[in-house]
Amino acid sequence: MGKIVTDVVCPFCGTLCDDLEVKLSDDGKEILEVYNACAIGATKFLHSQASDRLLRPRMQQDDGTWKEVSYDEAVEYTARILADAKKPLMYGWSSTSCEAQEVGAGIGEMVGAVMDNTATVCHGPSLIALQDVGMPSCTLGEIKNRADRVLFWGCNPVHAHPRHMSRYSIFPRGFFTGKGSKSRKVIVVDPRCTDSSKMADVHLQIQQGHDYELLDALRVAFKGKELPDVVAGIPKEKIYEAAETLKSGRFSVIFFGMGVTHSLGKNHNIDEAIAVTRDLNDYTKAAIMPMRGHYNVTGSGQVWGWQFGFPFCLDLSRGFARYNPGETSSNDLLRRDEVDAVFVLGSDPGAHFPISSVKKIAKLPSVCIDPHITPTSAVCKLHVPVAFVGIEVGGCAYRMDNVPIETRKVIDPPEGVLTDEEFLSRVSDRVKELKGV
Amino acid sequence: MAEYLIKNGYVYDPILGINGDKHDVAIKDGKMVDASAVKNAKVIDANGMTVMAGGVDIHAHIAGPKLNIGRNFRPEDKLFNAKPGQGIKHMVAGHSVPTTFKFGYIYANMGYGFAMEAAMPPLYARHTHEEIRDTPIIDEAALPVFGNNWFVLEYLKNHEIENTAAYIAWILRATKGFGIKNVNPGGTEAWAWGMNCSSIHDNVPYFDITPAEIVTGLIEANEYLGLPHSMHVHGNQLGEPGNYKTTLETLALAKGYKPNSKFGRDQVLHQTHLQFHSYGGDSYSSKSFESKSKEVADYINKQDNITFDLGVVTLDDTTTMTADGPFEQHLSHMNHLKWANTDVELETAAGVVPFQYRKNTFIAVAQWAVGLELALYAKDPMKCFLTTDAPNAGPLWRYPRVIKWLMSEQARNEVLDDAKYGEKVRDRCYIGELDREISLYELAAMTRAGTAKALGLGNMFGSLRPGMEGDVVVYPYSPESENPEDIEYAFGNAKYFIKGGEMIINDGEIVSNGNKRTFWVDCKVNENAQVQHDIEEKFKRYYTVGLNNYDVNEKTFLPNPHRIEVDATQ
Repeated sequence: MGKIVTDVVCPFCGTLCDDLEVKLSDDGKEILEVYNACAIGATKFLHSQASDRLLRPRMQQDDGTWKEVSYDEAVEYTARILADAKKPLMYGWSSTSCEAQEVGAGIGEMVGAVMDNTATVCHGPSLIALQDVGMPSCTLGEIKNRADRVLFWGCNPVHAHPRHMSRYSIFPRGFFTGKGSKSRKVIVVDPRCTDSSKMADVHLQIQQGHDYELLDALRVAFKGKELPDVVAGIPKEKIYEAAETLKSGRFSVIFFGMGVTHSLGKNHNIDEAIAVTRDLNDYTKAAIMPMRGHYNVTGSGQVWGWQFGFPFCLDLSRGFARYNPGETSSNDLLRRDEVDAVFVLGSDPGAHFPISSVKKIAKLPSVCIDPHITPTSAVCKLHVPVAFVGIEVGGCAYRMDNVPIETRKVIDPPEGVLTDEEFLSRVSDRVKELKGV
Repeated sequence: MAEYLIKNGYVYDPILGINGDKHDVAIKDGKMVDASAVKNAKVIDANGMTVMAGGVDIHAHIAGPKLNIGRNFRPEDKLFNAKPGQGIKHMVAGHSVPTTFKFGYIYANMGYGFAMEAAMPPLYARHTHEEIRDTPIIDEAALPVFGNNWFVLEYLKNHEIENTAAYIAWILRATKGFGIKNVNPGGTEAWAWGMNCSSIHDNVPYFDITPAEIVTGLIEANEYLGLPHSMHVHGNQLGEPGNYKTTLETLALAKGYKPNSKFGRDQVLHQTHLQFHSYGGDSYSSKSFESKSKEVADYINKQDNITFDLGVVTLDDTTTMTADGPFEQHLSHMNHLKWANTDVELETAAGVVPFQYRKNTFIAVAQWAVGLELALYAKDPMKCFLTTDAPNAGPLWRYPRVIKWLMSEQARNEVLDDAKYGEKVRDRCYIGELDREISLYELAAMTRAGTAKALGLGNMFGSLRPGMEGDVVVYPYSPESENPEDIEYAFGNAKYFIKGGEMIINDGEIVSNGNKRTFWVDCKVNENAQVQHDIEEKFKRYYTVGLNNYDVNEKTFLPNPHRIEVDATQ
């Protein structure tokens, strides 16, 4: 029969679905099935059961082979490279709990690290735009209950946030949106035809890299002013029409993703998208929200916010927190050879960073703390497998709308495998000894 | 636990009626005791200095999502004020929205032992508690917001007090909250459609209820439950010229209600940051704007069931943050600075906008005057409390400067003489006519005895009476001093501060992170099938977080809880 665990929180993407049900074996030691999750989420749960899962830390030898080491040795190596470094990079933090992030922040403060999270190659430009112009936003429930105009800009939720549309943005029947998808008009702005654009009422197939112009054109159209015949590859009639659609809604919302944050213009695109939202609030109600990727990248920005005052690109090496993306961001530091040790937890820069950065990581004393074998673990000197947060250990995580949800422990981790928080606490204790704190 | 004996200080304690007499004060096992009860005490010589119980802050924004938006969206707030860690202290930064550690150190240096986070969105309760957990030393609690909550609006529309009360008790337990905060009643729900409520009789869209009904309903629910604190209201029309009429109407709603609480408070309504609600005229220009502090204070002076706090403008660069969503949008249209807003499903909203109260404008100095006037007109310092609605009217660490202005007419005149429109302010406000200077005895009421009583914590904080919490502060201030600058220095640089019997500040240095607690109110009510059904229904259909994932886990988020039990089953 098996046992069903309900209200499980999915530790995959920023949608942070909290309605999963997980079927366990009779002895409660194995996950058999995952209900309600999307394909990616379910796979994460099931993958934790893989028979070839790495269960002990291992060091990469000079000849490229791996040698198993104990957690004690792993703690020692990690503490030493951090304590000995002048300016270690502590990167990642997006797929772990806030509790682990807090312990990590404590270590970073002691060793004078540069702390950065995946926003640096993701929604960093959105955070910079937030600092430029602010951000009128809301929780996802407001969209479910009120939004009748939904605009996806440079994002493809069907693939990246698969349950976003059914839980929050297009299909749910909310309090003031009783007809579900029939009560909403959906616009997708994307240079490509995607599975998301197929679901839209209107697809504005923008010329790649011209987001700023189109956003600006919408602001012109709101005010009823004259537009050129074509802007960003879109005929002006369609722009006026889209502007009217957004203005005439009771509640309009813009979701945006990598397509705007990391194409030409970067944070300036988001400045303008936020300005569109501000303008809309003069006619109706409007909100804007970044489609945050990792399930707790938002949380790491929050933890660092209250501890240091900045959401990413934190340089603690001078004893106080400095923030200057472009100078204190991971890729810039790596490529300029400014860091002398690399610590990665809860992310995969090996897969996401430019190869020029990854090559630098491979040359430095480095540790990768991750349950999976990843491109990052492949280039690091030490790979420390840990328990899956949200599956084998609980902990707080922040959804893309900054709502904190405490993830659940569903099963025990494999015997002897430490959690992020446990491993970090031991590193923290050892660093204290080494630093004489 | 160490014993302490503080000798020879000038002691101020309105509860014991000690007004500057030289008294010995003793602490044993974390509590105040009679000076004769300690044997091997460490003696602190407070000769020539002022001794008071630890301060109690009734209203400040110090933890939670609003604060973190303020921090994360204002890198400029940290320019030139970051400090490395030292000893047991973490690195710190932040001017108007400091990091959590800095909040703890600021309160310690000001000698405060308890502070109330003034607005917690229930859905974000975990975040608020995480920040509270990371704020060292000071005991804290948080008030969840209720004035725009769908359950409350629906129940109160039909005047279902018992259901409202049962729901409130449920939320307090789920979010580990302390009492009832009511921000822009109805107006913030209207804001979810981009609208507002501009008077207490405006209808809330769809819900068909008025702000007045929300205010009285929440007072009744609060007294039904017998909570330690009263309904804590930030009324409609904050910051609008001419809003004093709305304020007087809101205050009049408390008429006829009597407190039902075993916790010793006298009020049924606490009006917060009254400064923002006491404006006359119809614009911010010096031709029209006028202070109505006297009219409002006169009204409150005649009531025995209302308390208020000031919200004094400190003439700084600061960050405004409030659950009054429509007001923040309005403000961003006035100063054209960045604007963050978050509407929270079924519950509330909040906005954040940086703001500069510039000394060379008329309006900022007029607002400054209104706040101080309210204190100077208030007859009973046990009903009038010092706040800056931090950081809305000014940063938290400016309390000492506000104290200086309250205690010294000379200091106030210096501001007015220095201000470009000082004469205009004297003309349009009452500040020029007021020569009252708040005494240390009155100050002790406004910053600890009165606030502790109004929060229902008068049996723990606010006095040096034996049995109270061992929170004592020694300020390096001699009552004989004639230099107002001494006041500002002393109240921001406690010489000694003992919190819960533990030495936190020794000779001006923070030496311990203390044993910080989070207070919350666990209110027992009769089983209520209707409310239970409504909660399940709303979570199933309208929330995006499951009912079983809503409750804030005490073990994880409140490592050192102090639970206050209330029985409302009778």
